[in-house]
Amino acid sequence: MNKGNKYLNPYIGGILLGLVLLVANFISGRGLGASGAVKSTILAGVKTVAPGHYDNAAYYKEYQEDHKEKSPLNNWLVFEMMGVLVGGFLSGAVAGRLKLKVEHSPRITSRRRMIFALLGGILFGFGSQMGRGCTSGSALSGMAVLSLGGFITMAGIFGTAFAFAYFFRKNWIQ
Amino acid sequence: MAPLVSYDIISQNTNLPLAFAIGIGFGWVLESSGFSSSRKLAGVFYGYDTVVLKVFFTGAITAMIGLLFFSLFGWIDLNLVYVNPTFLTSAILGGVIMGLGFIMGGFCPGTSFCAASIGKIDAMVFIGGLFIGVFIFTEGYPLWEGIYKANFQGYPKISTSLNLSDGILALLVILAAVGMFWAGEWAEKKFPQAEY
Repeated sequence: MNKGNKYLNPYIGGILLGLVLLVANFISGRGLGASGAVKSTILAGVKTVAPGHYDNAAYYKEYQEDHKEKSPLNNWLVFEMMGVLVGGFLSGAVAGRLKLKVEHSPRITSRRRMIFALLGGILFGFGSQMGRGCTSGSALSGMAVLSLGGFITMAGIFGTAFAFAYFFRKNWIQ
Repeated sequence: MAPLVSYDIISQNTNLPLAFAIGIGFGWVLESSGFSSSRKLAGVFYGYDTVVLKVFFTGAITAMIGLLFFSLFGWIDLNLVYVNPTFLTSAILGGVIMGLGFIMGGFCPGTSFCAASIGKIDAMVFIGGLFIGVFIFTEGYPLWEGIYKANFQGYPKISTSLNLSDGILALLVILAAVGMFWAGEWAEKKFPQAEY
């Protein structure tokens, strides 16, 4: 199964994850997130590249009415996600897992893995905006504060992935 | 009294560096739990590795119980903690689209950044996809604004909706999680995969 026992025990990992989420709520009064940082980066990009479009197109206009901060990048989730990159890198370095590679099942090519990663990313990106947050911000953090929407999104994500697992089994199992 | 930011115990300017520190903890925990591997993540949907189920639900109930106890001890004012709004239609639709993205891409946004940080090229491609997907949403916004804002329910807690106290609801979630952990341990024995 797993190569040795290099990963944390998942229940210990879960408790640590819960404590990080608890600290976020205790300090900042909010949960963790991920997709929000991608959105902020897009907003900042559009603002820089096409300021006229940023002031006129519906989504960006609505965003500016709701958010008064100077730059979309001056945002909690952007700082948090920069931390995620550092934290992930440090953990990988300590455990000896730093390596440039495309990870895929031996039954499929790297090219197929990349195509599905891209398509999956596009869907997840779009869905995270529709659902007002992804697995972190909506499902995990939402559940911790007992948000009804958080529970619904969690069930939607995991339920759908289970329901479609059969059709994509070649990508993952023998 | 917490949240510290709401009580001006820490300033907005300190809040952002603290977000960075919290992110380091978040990324560290995800990576060290194995969330930097799409094959481990996808394992939950085929039963051969249920690390997602165990880490995700243990994390959710740990934070849930923590918040309830902190509130009971008078350490935190839960009214000041952000509760996600519930837009019924988009919560379901968004969840379904994300679920499809999950089984196809093998990552969710948080785990893809974590995997990219240790050099997984497939995760970097997934992140490229995230940017495209978010951009499609923001550019095409007028097309789905109606669905996005449909069926707004306010900021309900699931406990209130089910007419239960927060404590009983938390207990039910814990029992459900324990049941799923048991099923997960069973599945890992039943559907083993060769080394991955």
